[in-house]
Amino acid sequence: MSYPTQFRYSKDHEWIEVKGDVATVGITDYAQSELGDVVFVEMPAVGTQVVTGKSFGSVESVKAVSDIYAPASGEVVEANGGLKDKPEAINTDPHGTGWLIKMKLANPAEVAALMDAAAYETYIAEKKKEASA
Amino acid sequence: MRYLPKSPAERQQMLAAIGIKTAEELFSSIPEAYRLKKPLNLPGPYSEQEIIEYFQARAAENSAGYTSFLGAGVYNHLRSVVTDTIIQRGEFLTSYTPYQAEITQGTLQAIFEFQTLMCQLTGQEVANASMYDGSTATTEAVLMAERVTSRRRVLVGRSVHPEYREVLRTYAKNSGLHVEEISYTAMGTLDEKALQSALREDVCAVVVQSPNFFGVIESPAALAKITQAAGALLVVAVAEGVSLGAVKPPAEADIVAMEGQSFGLAPSYGGPYVGVVASREKYVRQMPGRLAGQTTDREARRGFVLTLATREQHIRREKATSNICTNQALCALAATVHLTLLGKEGLREQAEQNLSKAHFALAELEKIPGVKRTFPGPFFNEFAVEFPKSVRIVNADLLREKIVGPYVLGTAYPELSKNALVCVTETTTRGEIERFVAGVRKSITEAK
Amino acid sequence: MSERIKKATRQTNQNEGLIFEKSSPGKRAFELPPLDVPAADPAKALGEAHRRGGVEGFPEVSEIEVIRHFTRLSTWNYAIDLGMYPLGSCTMKYNPRVNEFVARLNGIATEHPYQPQELSQGCLKVLQLLEKCLLEITGMDAITLQPAAGAQGELTGLLLIRAHHTKNGNPRKKVLIPDSAHGTNPATAVIAGYEVENIKSNAEGQVDLAHLREQVTPDVAALMLTNPSTLGIFEQQIPQIAEVLHAKGALLYMDGANMNALAGITKPGDLGVDVMHLNLHKTFSTPHGGGGPGAGPVAMKKILEPYLPVPVLAEKEGGRLALDFQRKDSIGRVRAFVGNFGVLVRALAYILAYGPGLRQATEDAVMNANYIRKGLEDAFDLPYTKPSMHEVVFSDAIQKKNGVSTMDIAKRLIDYGFHPYTTAFPLIVPGALMIEPTESESIEELDLFIDAMKSIALEATETPDLVKTAPHTTRVRRLDEVGAARKPILRWKPSGKRSEAAD
Repeated sequence: MSYPTQFRYSKDHEWIEVKGDVATVGITDYAQSELGDVVFVEMPAVGTQVVTGKSFGSVESVKAVSDIYAPASGEVVEANGGLKDKPEAINTDPHGTGWLIKMKLANPAEVAALMDAAAYETYIAEKKKEASA
Repeated sequence: MRYLPKSPAERQQMLAAIGIKTAEELFSSIPEAYRLKKPLNLPGPYSEQEIIEYFQARAAENSAGYTSFLGAGVYNHLRSVVTDTIIQRGEFLTSYTPYQAEITQGTLQAIFEFQTLMCQLTGQEVANASMYDGSTATTEAVLMAERVTSRRRVLVGRSVHPEYREVLRTYAKNSGLHVEEISYTAMGTLDEKALQSALREDVCAVVVQSPNFFGVIESPAALAKITQAAGALLVVAVAEGVSLGAVKPPAEADIVAMEGQSFGLAPSYGGPYVGVVASREKYVRQMPGRLAGQTTDREARRGFVLTLATREQHIRREKATSNICTNQALCALAATVHLTLLGKEGLREQAEQNLSKAHFALAELEKIPGVKRTFPGPFFNEFAVEFPKSVRIVNADLLREKIVGPYVLGTAYPELSKNALVCVTETTTRGEIERFVAGVRKSITEAK
Repeated sequence: MSERIKKATRQTNQNEGLIFEKSSPGKRAFELPPLDVPAADPAKALGEAHRRGGVEGFPEVSEIEVIRHFTRLSTWNYAIDLGMYPLGSCTMKYNPRVNEFVARLNGIATEHPYQPQELSQGCLKVLQLLEKCLLEITGMDAITLQPAAGAQGELTGLLLIRAHHTKNGNPRKKVLIPDSAHGTNPATAVIAGYEVENIKSNAEGQVDLAHLREQVTPDVAALMLTNPSTLGIFEQQIPQIAEVLHAKGALLYMDGANMNALAGITKPGDLGVDVMHLNLHKTFSTPHGGGGPGAGPVAMKKILEPYLPVPVLAEKEGGRLALDFQRKDSIGRVRAFVGNFGVLVRALAYILAYGPGLRQATEDAVMNANYIRKGLEDAFDLPYTKPSMHEVVFSDAIQKKNGVSTMDIAKRLIDYGFHPYTTAFPLIVPGALMIEPTESESIEELDLFIDAMKSIALEATETPDLVKTAPHTTRVRRLDEVGAARKPILRWKPSGKRSEAAD
């Protein structure tokens, strides 16, 4: 799966796409492949303030739970309700219908500091090398 | 030693294969100074016969030959020999937690059946398998309500089992949970007015027991309305499961915490028993303890697995819903076999026998001058009565008649010092009830 | 392939649906003696609002159907009674049958926890003797038998520690837990009101003393240490670890889950441990029963005795035993009544059978683990090479090259007639194979196991798909756990719609 160039990526494997003052956040294809089949997603309520680097929810597979860390700070304006019945969207379409939350950014400049697609692909290539070493 | 499958020669052969000469060398990583130089000072070794004789001698120092009118959270009920026959099958008795589903389908299906039976009994949508006992199930239900509501105050009826409340306080003390007690009325039920005024927006749970510790049946439906209107969850504890064969289940409650001892488990001086937490489906991810779920294998055959395990300590570690690891699987199996044996009609008949016998006993006791019922509320197989003299003295007199008298309510309720909690089940014969009533009459009417 | 499988042969087993699917109104499996008092009218006695006519959906079957139902289910289980159960950290040893017999005696099983203490002297003597035996084995000063299981024992232990620190003016904030610890440790610490701080094991799987010195600040209440660790390695510096903690007023908690490696060889009390729990369903052979019941007594040094949960067993004048409920500094109760008495009875029966000979059981358990280690060290990767105690932890690093994981090997072991070892633990070994044979295995069984494991290692290179799709001989294949978790079906419902795969 390719990594969209209009997204930015965090070291915790979240992607963020900014449109106007609202950003959409999800986990990357790499993150979902590491986690395996997603069975449940725990998400914040609308209005929750999320803080860069802090957990705002979790994704569960059968035998693991992963925290989701905010790639930027802001206020949650929408959570993806569709994941309740179809958590597998995170596996099949992590960069599209598997999105997690939309948020109003507190400081849009934060996003610019994240990795672009090319940098993220290099980053995960390193990770994969470490894992097979 | 008869449990160890090795001859001295085999041990030597194994040590040689490992590449050492003596068994002592196996422990070389333990600093020499800390290795024991002399044998443990323990009794034994005993042969099988000596072990049996030791425990028979202890058994003889207990209450064999006495008739008991004790309940208060632990009940004497009929137990079929079939139950014990099944749970002593090695395939159940000596199997581990069914993590490897392919070779533990027996345990898993039985757990699934247990969960179903518990849902049917309690009127709830999901039930776990299982908690240690009723006291810890009640506490875990409160902690679950705390997670669901993110509130930190719990209101618990004084009519809830005193030891269940003590356990709740022990767990609550360090987790920032505040426990407040709600009084009971002259009817013997939770004081709804007191509850109303204590229900603030920081209350996560209201805990009530039904039948309550005094044997009186509460009204979960009404209490649920009041509780839920305040945004809190109603937790109903059931200490006497047999009551559910004749009494409406607390279906309106958000969480039910049940003690399953009455379902085929011996009193056994306090345990092991089996606790259950049952609740609405929407709260299942906040539920503690194990759950078995139905699924299929790659060839589309029905099978069962432990599921929603991410709630548990071995995965979520410090963020788990509970630290529980061991459950009470074999006790849950006993309850499953027992309830299957009884079936729909058997449980109803058993429950109605309890009801009839307890009401008969009360009527007989009330014929004694000075003996009166403490609370007028409806009851199942336990009721409180007031004696015109100390319950302890009456019990001491009864003991001479080879009768273990009722629970002394003054132990936990100083204001009820002359009151006794009498329990009568289907195992108590009419003759025993009459002998008990005669004993009480004699004790009370006899000059001091 | 089948000639390599020596322990097991395929066998037909019976299909069986859910008990609810066999129900037919009017069948009965149990009859009560007739009612010998006038029947009360439930509607009158309870009030119409409270009355229930029976439990909807409850099964209605006959006695023979109940027997067959559960007997058929039982044949789908693996069990110690069938063979070796090498689950690491679980101590699946033989469960002596005399223990079951004595726990069911009239006068033992029949006793009510609230009966007068003068009619309970037999029960109390059992408790007293078990306390004495466990104190001798652990080298501690005081003990409570109340906790219902290991995890509750851990909680009790931490509450004792908290009470001790509180009495000294400050409960402190943190509990240190090594990264190799069992998941109950961190989960328990949180309930006791403590924050968890992980400490990293060093390359040899031991606690790094220098690091520990830095981590033990005045905020630290205790260190929870499993010894032997979950790697099956004895923590050699435990006396020094205790010193580091004690110097800062912190205490040492020992998770006694692995006591089967130590009983009769060394005493945790001598090693500087302040408080520990024992899992009676592990070291002391009470049956696991498919997941419980267990019991988790907590033994402690004198300094923690004032905080024991109530009731406390006390010897009065003339040797009479009593339960003492009035203890002003007690942490309270962790469970109703005195504890899982029936489990305690079985544990005492086990200890009495061995007496001082418990040491032999420990020696055999450690010898068996080392025999397996020797037998398999050429076929599997051994990430930590310190001497093994009662269990040995390999990794799947070699087999992984062919795409075969520890879980695949474990599942294939089922085809060879064995229960798998522990796979997902300890967390510090990726792809762990955690093997604990216990003392209950004969050379014959151990050799069959080693042989099976070597054969699977060969298969992992020759026919990896055979291993990856195992088991092949069980009544169900690998089950869809993802589907089970996404759309949980947690009870049977009388919709009339049977799953298409119903037997």
